[in-house]
Amino acid sequence: MTTPTIVLVGHGMVGQRFLEALADRGLTSRARVVVLCEEPRLAYDRVHLSSYFAGTGPEALSLVEAGFMAEHGIELHLGDPAVAVDREARTVTARSGLTVGYDTLVLATGSYPFVPPVPGRDAGGCFVYRTIEDLLAIEEYAMTSRTGAVVGGGLLGLEAAGALKGLGLDTHVVEFAPRLMPVQVDEGGGEALRRTVEEMGVTVHTGVGTQEILTAGDGSVRAMALSDGSSLETDLVVFSAGVRPRDQLARECGLPVGERGGIVVDAACRTEDPHVYAIGECALASDGRVYGLVAPGYEMAETAAKAIAGQEGSFTGADTSTKLKLLGVDVASFGDAHGATAGCLDVVYSDSRSGVYKKLVVSRDGVLLGGILVGDAEQYGMLRPLTGSVPPVPAEHLVLPAGAGAPVALGPSALPDEAVICSCHNVTKGTIRGAVTEHGCATVPEVKKCTRAGTGCGSCVKVLGQLVTAELEASGVEVDKGLCGCFAHTRQELFEIVRALRITGFRELLDRHGREGARGGDGCEVCKPAVGSIIASLAPSIGASGYVLDGEQAALQDTNDHFLANLQRNGSYSIVPRIPGGEITPEKLIVIGEVARDFGLYTKITGGQRIDLFGARVDQLPVIWARLVEAGFESGHAYGKALRTVKSCVGQTWCRYGVQDSVRMAIDLELRYRGLRSPHKLKSAVSGCQRECAEARSKDFGVIATVGGWNLYVGGNGGATPRHADLLAQDLSDAELVRLIDRFLMFYIRTADRLERTSAWLERIEGGLGHVRDVVVHDSLGICEELERQMAGHVAGYRDEWAETLDDPERLRRFVSFVNAPGVPDPSVRFVPERDQVKPDLGLLAGPVLAVRTLEGTTTA
Amino acid sequence: MNVEVLLPGTADWFAVCDHDALTPGRGVAALLPDGRQAALFTDRHGRAYAIDNRDPFTGAYVLSRGLIGSTAEGRAFVASPLLKQRFDLENGRCLDDEAVSVPAFPVRMR
Ligand SMILES: Cc1cc2nc3c(=O)[nH]c(=O)nc-3n(C[C@H](O)[C@H](O)[C@H](O)COP(=O)(O)OP(=O)(O)OC[C@H]3O[C@@H](n4cnc5c(N)ncnc54)[C@H](O)[C@@H]3O)c2cc1C
Ligand code: SF4
Repeated sequence: MTTPTIVLVGHGMVGQRFLEALADRGLTSRARVVVLCEEPRLAYDRVHLSSYFAGTGPEALSLVEAGFMAEHGIELHLGDPAVAVDREARTVTARSGLTVGYDTLVLATGSYPFVPPVPGRDAGGCFVYRTIEDLLAIEEYAMTSRTGAVVGGGLLGLEAAGALKGLGLDTHVVEFAPRLMPVQVDEGGGEALRRTVEEMGVTVHTGVGTQEILTAGDGSVRAMALSDGSSLETDLVVFSAGVRPRDQLARECGLPVGERGGIVVDAACRTEDPHVYAIGECALASDGRVYGLVAPGYEMAETAAKAIAGQEGSFTGADTSTKLKLLGVDVASFGDAHGATAGCLDVVYSDSRSGVYKKLVVSRDGVLLGGILVGDAEQYGMLRPLTGSVPPVPAEHLVLPAGAGAPVALGPSALPDEAVICSCHNVTKGTIRGAVTEHGCATVPEVKKCTRAGTGCGSCVKVLGQLVTAELEASGVEVDKGLCGCFAHTRQELFEIVRALRITGFRELLDRHGREGARGGDGCEVCKPAVGSIIASLAPSIGASGYVLDGEQAALQDTNDHFLANLQRNGSYSIVPRIPGGEITPEKLIVIGEVARDFGLYTKITGGQRIDLFGARVDQLPVIWARLVEAGFESGHAYGKALRTVKSCVGQTWCRYGVQDSVRMAIDLELRYRGLRSPHKLKSAVSGCQRECAEARSKDFGVIATVGGWNLYVGGNGGATPRHADLLAQDLSDAELVRLIDRFLMFYIRTADRLERTSAWLERIEGGLGHVRDVVVHDSLGICEELERQMAGHVAGYRDEWAETLDDPERLRRFVSFVNAPGVPDPSVRFVPERDQVKPDLGLLAGPVLAVRTLEGTTTA
Repeated sequence: MNVEVLLPGTADWFAVCDHDALTPGRGVAALLPDGRQAALFTDRHGRAYAIDNRDPFTGAYVLSRGLIGSTAEGRAFVASPLLKQRFDLENGRCLDDEAVSVPAFPVRMR
């Protein structure tokens, strides 16, 4: 028997899922699998397409695990779409001329964006929003544009509007229907949505159609003529007026398609031709609907793979619940959202002040049928699985905000085992519980990997977390979250204890709040610096000294902080003077050069736009710093878990592309946050325009200039685990920017774990970026004033640690190589020449060490 | 009050410094008459300890600059400031690698 051939046309989200389903069933080893793919890249996460603008690179969006194709022997032809199907001969021909014979053909060609037939729709500057290539083209064109308009105020239109806003354009949305997102939300929800969207600076035009795209002399977009007779000036237009199934191939080879498009399939996703299947957005399912969502597409992929493997399976319709975050607003709709069921009732909560709208649809006997949530979709993860049952509390209580009336904390324990928690992958509560109890998963990532729950749109991850914790607790597993062997508290808990009880000393904290056995002891190398950092961060507001070497504080600091310099491998130190924003006068550069020359220090330019001087002995530190302070330098805190640098590009002052003075902003920020002690080091940068020469998005907090102000990105990282920073807020004024960074940093300092960079913190903290934004932008916890006050305290209390040290003979006494021979330099710190400078003489350290008997047990006389 | 260290291989006590020169929870380096270096520490209760200053993992003479702490069993240790291995202050044994230890010196106060 020859190996059968399966040809897949279209490698989109559903196509890839289909390949995985084939592999799961072992079909890839029994059949030759050929994939024709129109796009120039492997399948990627189209649902999160917009996150490309928030800094996620095309690679991060990929849905294909490295090596997947090779491992399963799948033949993939990128950038080579199918152009014809010959059903008689059972062959598919691709654009390159490649012809492949098939035993089974699967069409997963998705949809194309519908562009209404208005005159001028092909003008330069008109785009659609579906592929990474579309995004790249929009991004490029936006560089030279000021205004952008989106045609269509549905789900995708709002996403596109968010993207244009993010690119710094003055953004408009034109929607023909009387409200935004007409398919998902009702009038009340549309109103709430509109208000919030407009507050974000997007202009909304509803109830008007686009009649014509007007062009300038060079054929590019100039304005749009609207149906109410007005016109809207714009440089760029994105059409987002719905999608249409790509059923052309099927039509041309005579397969039946629906009246309004879509390849007709049966419950097994098979077309009229038993050798041909259609799945995903190109298919017209057996219930007569075309599904424009990914979850039903995934189900179809599974169904088709089962059918091909000869197993039972059917797709007869799906849940179209959605939860999205559009322009930072939560929108969810599930079940019978519009109340189409006969005799149903609405329960509505609406608060236009905060832009929250919630509606639940219930039957007369109390069964939850569906609902719409705008502005606060926290409960979506709980409500959707409850749909079709009578909720354990009255519907009224479910829509009330926490704290109003009788608050209900309805946990996932209220859900039955059959409740579907992850609708993207159809995973029930029972399956998730099983992952914990039977498969030994103890963390959310493990459960995700085991069950796939939470790996689709991600809206169920919160409930997932609660379920995993509940299950672990039920099975008696106790997780010690303590900081170290001395404290059973986390860093965040210790922070709260120090703050609330105004504890200014380590011993006091250890003796009162440490673990039983650790009280009265000396702490350890983990908790001492952590507590030292907490006290330093809070110093002004709890009445502690801000100087890290004061009193008992001195004993807590890591050696780097203790000597205000960075320890290097041979016991010497390096010195980094602060150079705010990387801007330095020739005179100061000369001083650095002279100091390095006079003390024989090795010099190197750092990645943070300053200069590192290596090879100083402990006893040289004060003399060197005396020279530097004299010349106007101050500590660069390169030794501390503190703000390092705020890098900058030259910006508007010199650069022809610049739109703001990035250097001034960088200097302002560096001077404001210098000396701020935090759970880990903090890096920042400011770029003068979207070209991003300062690489701000690889920083803990990065600022990028826009025509309208500044965009703030947070949680970026370089190093071994790079992460692009996420957009926190856009088009901020100078004052708004500073205020937001104040809040962000203080919230991070308050809630992060020890040695947890902002990137890891943002990934870990419950609710992620959305939660952080709620807290620092919308003040959802009501703590912003306090955060700002704490930062103001830091700024007012800042003093240069080196200047202060030099002024104090007591403190200077510590800077000697030997306590009993203050004048003697440490003979083990020596250097040898290397490329015209010096390097540590490591040979000296490796030298013969006398084998000395340990003196254990020897008593002192 | 002086802190004295018993010089290795001898019966001689060597006065290093005044006890007040030590900061509880931290260490200092001392030069011994034979050119060796000792790391001297005092804990929060005022007890003094001395071990060799050389970190056997890196060869650098830095143990005096590490942070001290106490284990769950109440044993005092110092964590090397370079790669953070911990050494028992009473017997010099490395708590993170059984095969490694540094010399420990008896200490007394006079
Ligand atoms: C911005 C945006 C946001 C979205 N948000 C959500 C959301 O929040 N939730 C949700 O459920 N859904 C969302 N969607 C919809 C979701 O992306 C689609 O439902 C899903 O991608 C459908 O998968 P598919 O494989 O059927 O189609 P696609 O992912 O479009 O893949 C089809 C592929 O086939 C290729 N192709 C077409 N014709 C040929 C040919 N002749 N030869 C070879 N290849 C061909 C196409 O180039 C494409 O790569 C969103 C879509 C967009 C654009
Ligand atoms: S980011 Fe680059 S292009 Fe933009 S202003 Fe700065 S230096 Fe110029």
